[in-house]
Amino acid sequence: MNGESGTVYTETVIYSAPEAFAADVPYQTAIVSLDSGGRVTGRILGGRVVIDDRVAEVEVRDGVPFFRKIA
Amino acid sequence: MRPVAVVGIGKTPFGAFPHRDLRSLAVEGGEKCLKNAHATPSQVEAVFLGNFAGPAFVGQNHLAPYVSTALGIQGVPATRVEAACASSGSAFFHAFNGVASGVYDIVLVAGVEKMTSQPTPRVTEILASAGDCAGEIKAGSTFASLFAMIARRHMYQFGTTREHLAAVAVKNHANGALNPDAHMRKPITMEQAMAGKPIADPLNLYDCSLISDGAAAVLLAPAERAHEFTDKPVRILGIAQASDFVALDQKPDITTFPAVRLASEKAYRMAGVRPTDIQLAELHDCFTIAEIIALEDLGFAPRGEGGPFSLEGHTARTGDKPVNTSGGLKSKGHPVGATGVAQICDLVLQMRCEAGERQVPRHSLGLAQNLGGSGATCVVTILGTI
Repeated sequence: MNGESGTVYTETVIYSAPEAFAADVPYQTAIVSLDSGGRVTGRILGGRVVIDDRVAEVEVRDGVPFFRKIA
Repeated sequence: MRPVAVVGIGKTPFGAFPHRDLRSLAVEGGEKCLKNAHATPSQVEAVFLGNFAGPAFVGQNHLAPYVSTALGIQGVPATRVEAACASSGSAFFHAFNGVASGVYDIVLVAGVEKMTSQPTPRVTEILASAGDCAGEIKAGSTFASLFAMIARRHMYQFGTTREHLAAVAVKNHANGALNPDAHMRKPITMEQAMAGKPIADPLNLYDCSLISDGAAAVLLAPAERAHEFTDKPVRILGIAQASDFVALDQKPDITTFPAVRLASEKAYRMAGVRPTDIQLAELHDCFTIAEIIALEDLGFAPRGEGGPFSLEGHTARTGDKPVNTSGGLKSKGHPVGATGVAQICDLVLQMRCEAGERQVPRHSLGLAQNLGGSGATCVVTILGTI
């Protein structure tokens, strides 16, 4: 699904994380409604996003999609 | 199906107990329950034990016979039930079916969790294993973050505010302050609840339930035999369990829990009552937004109106629909596997008029709602005095 784009359905910024993600705090996760259909939970890189923002997938790490806001 | 009654209740206090192990907590809850029902271990025909993550929290598996034999209950079927935070609600549902169908007469249902022996980041990780570990959890989600995303969407669609969330926390802390067995007996102000340390936006520390140790137990019997154990039996008028997706991103609409709607519709039909008839409720406030959505899914408040309904005081102890007079998971505490049965114990206390300072005047029809994960399991129980 490289190159997927979509719309932020919901999001949060996490301040209290499990050990595996402690170094990333604070970080933003979002559920993205993909243009190709369906929803996926991913991480947000760069500036914070809000509901209805347009985002594009910029990379996939260990199966997890990372999105960035489309200006 | 024959009528079934709760004939005994027992609970440990909830809190952080560094010197108590899982089994001693479960045994204390079970012994208090048997004593409360004037029952002996040899009368118990089956044991159902709700526990979410004993193996991860304390390294012990095979928990049901581990606990039942320590209670002096020998030889009978002893079964552990796991359904995340709805583990003991589900155990209660299966125990009810066993008695209602006539397979058993006297059944002990217990729930237990020993959480505080692990540091908070490890607890967060163990709790997260109730989500979809191949998707949302791998992306860094925690349970607080899943409910934070639910809150965000609820705010976006219905105009729910931070103040609405805080009202739930303030109300549940006020109730818990009156509960001698609560983990956190501390009233909080709106200002405090609005300004807690951020956990996952828009949820702060005061929106999150507690990490607790504790156990609870109830004894079930056919209603026709209830008088052998108690002069204050409470009938299970309706009960249902329902399921849904584990992953939040698979749900078409995350501002409602279909499993809560399904389970409550069935339970209302079975009991022959409507949401307006319910006089008090123990709801699964793992996060403040969860109580708000439960109010809507159970039909207590119109869709999208759970926040204003809370802020207006309807759910206060003195309101027309008291919710979580025990303090709820927020203040009473949330030893995950014990919570479902603890909700039943707290309703029964009110219905027997034994709730002390937090006693409400109308207490003949109560509802308990126990939620697992981000809504993948729900058990709804309706209790009535005979």
